[in-house]
Amino acid sequence: MSPIVKKKGEKFTLPGKYLLFILTIICTGLIVLTLNTDYVSRPLTIVAGYVISPLQQGISSMGNWLGRRSEELVQIRDLLEENEELKNQIDELTIENTKLQQDRYELTSLRELYGLDAQYDDYQKIGARIIARDPGNWFHSFQIDKGYEDGVAVDMNIIAGSGLVGRVVKVGPNWAKVNTVIADNFNVSGQVLSTEDNLIVKGSLELYADGVVEFGDLIDNADQVVVGDKIVTSNISDKYLPGILIGYISTLNRDSNNLTKSGHLIPAVDFEHLNDVLVILQLKQNYEDM
Amino acid sequence: MRRGIITALLIIGCYILQSTVFPAIAFAEIVPNLLIVVTAACGFMWGDRTGLAVGFVSGLLADIFSGDAIGMHAMIYMYIGYLNGKFNGIFFPEDIKLPMALILISDLFYGLFTYLLLFMMRSRFAFPFYFMNIILPEIVYTILVTLLLYPIILWIYNRLEKH
Repeated sequence: MSPIVKKKGEKFTLPGKYLLFILTIICTGLIVLTLNTDYVSRPLTIVAGYVISPLQQGISSMGNWLGRRSEELVQIRDLLEENEELKNQIDELTIENTKLQQDRYELTSLRELYGLDAQYDDYQKIGARIIARDPGNWFHSFQIDKGYEDGVAVDMNIIAGSGLVGRVVKVGPNWAKVNTVIADNFNVSGQVLSTEDNLIVKGSLELYADGVVEFGDLIDNADQVVVGDKIVTSNISDKYLPGILIGYISTLNRDSNNLTKSGHLIPAVDFEHLNDVLVILQLKQNYEDM
Repeated sequence: MRRGIITALLIIGCYILQSTVFPAIAFAEIVPNLLIVVTAACGFMWGDRTGLAVGFVSGLLADIFSGDAIGMHAMIYMYIGYLNGKFNGIFFPEDIKLPMALILISDLFYGLFTYLLLFMMRSRFAFPFYFMNIILPEIVYTILVTLLLYPIILWIYNRLEKH
């Protein structure tokens, strides 16, 4: 007899394996739907935004407090050793400082040349606080406390200090999900500031522990790119505004095809201690309208 | 009904802890997987149907807030909950060895599947690296947190069974 036949007077229940089968089909459907459309994720993000986000905002501050306490305990021991080292460093630095002051005049004039100074000021920005991290260990993304009610939209660029943090990948009424430069599934088209050579920056979980990000596809036949060069977002990227600092080249190698170069770069943003970020309200798609 | 509400609160509570408090106090950037603990525990305590329902809801929650396709985690968690439910017959509240072993295997399962679906598919083949740096630390950390979380779930289970 079939297990789903209803017996007299017994409450109807669906056996586990049938339920599993039905939900598997639903899941597959959801995956296909969300990969192609926005119908499912939109209502879900709204519901989640009102139920989960407010709780996260409250508890996140408690988490930060706990985090700071545990960090303090670890730090006390290190601080004693560090103090000794730092005293020695002061002497060295005083000498270096005088030298740097001379360099600064040179830098100011150079910066005017690059026109970098005013570049970010043109964009309208809003500040946002990070309220939650990715619950898993595989990708580096986080949630901020601003959503489409504050004017945030998908693909808006996120910066902190002077460097690129990432971009908005999903948005709810009062929260948004940000994917970072260091995340494994992250690619961004960049260019070397000094030579304007294009390259691709690729986030990698393997390299994350070393604090670097991978880049590749750099065509530099003139061998002008050197370690230490700045990498900024390029003009040809369809999601990122041009000229935002990504990081500095730390290693540079010629690929085996002898045409392109690849290497690692150190991101300009300290991702470990990130609490507040800026959302640029200008989308690259509407960039020409400015 | 009562059980449903309490389980829902447990899932939401664990998700929030996992996304806010634990990252702040994480060792070596690794966060324990509380949702797996809840899913597995509900599975072997109340059977495969509850397990798969709890897994589905937990996974969906993880999906909504991650940027990828909705349904991916829901599916992984759902199967883990369902398979844990198969051990319902040999689960006794006094015994702690079976729950621990099941939660450990569940988390291993989760790690392997995530690698397979989200990393190997993108031709990232350095499995030993991912195993040693992500999967294994997560399992160890999850088991440590389970030692604290499991008695709470067991207490809830005992209270609910009395009614």
